[in-house]
Amino acid sequence: MTLIVPVLALLLIGVAQLVSGTARPVTEAVTIGYVDELGGFQQYTTQGNITLVRYDTSNDATDVLISGNISQYFVIPADYIFTGMIKLYTLQKQLAASTAVTAAINNFLTSNLLAGKVPAATIARIETAPNLVTIRLTETGAVAPEQGGYGNLIIPFVFGILLALSIIVSSTYLLQGLGDEKENRLIEILLSSVSARQLLTGKVLGIGAAGLVQVAFWVISAPFLLSLASSSIGGLISTIQLPISFVVLAVAYFILGYSLFAVISAAIGAISSGSREGQQLIGVITIPLLIPLWFTSLLMFFPDSPAWTFFTIFPLSSPVEVIMRLGVSEIPAWQLVASIGVLVLTIVGTLLLTTRIFRTYLLMYGKRPGPGEVLRNLRSG
Amino acid sequence: MQAVEVSHIVKSFADKVVVNDVSFSVAQGEIFGLIGPNGAGKTTTIRMMMDIIKPDSGDVTILGEKLSEATKNELGYLPEERGLYKKLRVLDSIIYLASLKGVDARSAQKRASELLDQTGMLPHKTKKIEELSRGMGQIIQFIVSVVHDPELVVLDEPFAGLDPVNRDLLKSMLLGLRNQGKALILSTHQMNEIEELCDRILMIDHGRSVLYGNLAEIKTRYRSNSVLLVSDGEPRQVPGVTEIRTHRGYVELVLDENTTPQQVLERLVSHGTVISRFEVATPPLNEIFLKVVGKAHE
Repeated sequence: MTLIVPVLALLLIGVAQLVSGTARPVTEAVTIGYVDELGGFQQYTTQGNITLVRYDTSNDATDVLISGNISQYFVIPADYIFTGMIKLYTLQKQLAASTAVTAAINNFLTSNLLAGKVPAATIARIETAPNLVTIRLTETGAVAPEQGGYGNLIIPFVFGILLALSIIVSSTYLLQGLGDEKENRLIEILLSSVSARQLLTGKVLGIGAAGLVQVAFWVISAPFLLSLASSSIGGLISTIQLPISFVVLAVAYFILGYSLFAVISAAIGAISSGSREGQQLIGVITIPLLIPLWFTSLLMFFPDSPAWTFFTIFPLSSPVEVIMRLGVSEIPAWQLVASIGVLVLTIVGTLLLTTRIFRTYLLMYGKRPGPGEVLRNLRSG
Repeated sequence: MQAVEVSHIVKSFADKVVVNDVSFSVAQGEIFGLIGPNGAGKTTTIRMMMDIIKPDSGDVTILGEKLSEATKNELGYLPEERGLYKKLRVLDSIIYLASLKGVDARSAQKRASELLDQTGMLPHKTKKIEELSRGMGQIIQFIVSVVHDPELVVLDEPFAGLDPVNRDLLKSMLLGLRNQGKALILSTHQMNEIEELCDRILMIDHGRSVLYGNLAEIKTRYRSNSVLLVSDGEPRQVPGVTEIRTHRGYVELVLDENTTPQQVLERLVSHGTVISRFEVATPPLNEIFLKVVGKAHE
């Protein structure tokens, strides 16, 4: 798992490179036919590598298409000005015309329609969409060191998934280990050597340390992968930033999030009769951790909704929610303080309860107790 | 100093009293038998001795000290339900579990190798636990319970699943530990093993102590005042014998209340009976167990 994630990222970069390589603007000369029923479309027949050849009728163009001399042809109908409809004929099955062909046809039509009416520079401007660049300023009016943009969402999103995955995997691992030890009765030998509290602490710290190494490895490999991705893919990836504050919060929330879920897993492990039963229960408990991932698109479009404040402070969802929000907008300081405070308090409370559950249920192998019985035993235990 | 001193321990689970005012002590250099029917409270008693669970009231002292983290290292435990990490290798399992008892890796390895050699398991030391047979796994589990050289070893059904060769091996190792001055507690349903190995016993039933003391004394207490006889020809009717029961290869003479075995022997000899075996009948522990437990259940 530790190595799989960076290796997978490398693989993705490779595939992206391969795909984008084959989809690059057409470098070979391509000939496209057209039939001008409206009239007046004679100029600008060279659009980059694409050459447009005029045919008198659709039948002529179809013959040439079948013979293989052109790859496709389009018809400009007489009522084009009113309908805007262009029909493209091809022998290939395709979802839509390639971007290069669409752009060439669009530019050819626009250029001919505007030819002689506006200056050539204006035509060129109309053909290219405006390049909107957002620059974030600080309150003093200076350019902010941390800029926005979709690229910023990628790392938090990927990290949100990895964080949730890592917490779930580590907790499940703890649960399974405990379940196995309970199933094969090794727990009795362990408890005759160490106390229940020592066993609980050892398990949480041991598996947590392994998980932390995993997260640290991902964090460290991220800048390397990013530089690799932006040099080969460029575009969006090159806008990605990895601020130190993000790295610190990612590690802090992993530690806190893992601690909470590990302690809950230990409690579930203690009351379950085996590892399988425990895994079903932990599956339910980890749902809140995944909720922020489900609502990613809502978070992108409505970053200021009060719902996100709730998920930021609710301890079972906060580790992933905070990481995701960091990519979209600023999180007010009070929310971060409240989030970490609630998380720490929940961990302490759960730890106290779990130590009791551990002592009471670790050696009970029979049927799993109901919630009522657990509560009764907690009061008397 | 006693190896274990258990006094008046009580434990209940959800209003059910599982162990009720049980007291006993085990001396160093003694093999002590803990017997009782299923669900009597033996395992709970053992767990309280091992500090796995705490008694509601009462005290347990190990080597004169109250149970603590330090005394845990003086305890060895072979639970009834066995289990080790299936994927771990034999030697690694022993070293890991010894480390939990405060033994450093080098000493653990040395001692583990000695014990593996002693039990003929040395060739299997690099095998995974899951590759071993049940009996072999049990021997490894026994090694785990003694690898840290504990002063007190508690063995719950140690002979279950062992073949006669390994059974003898284990017996001789237990006697060897006793001779080194270790205290051993044996919890088992196999009464013949208890009779063979134990000096004293405690029988518990429904969480209460029902028999406690020296095995020979207990047997004397429960004997039926009869003698076993093997002689040439049919034994003559002698005064003081109320009934003659014939068994395969011997007869049992049941004596009246006023007659002792010594008197019967004298009368048989004076009647000219040629005796090849004469033995005061003591009931097997099994019979005592059934009698005591049966009475309690009536």
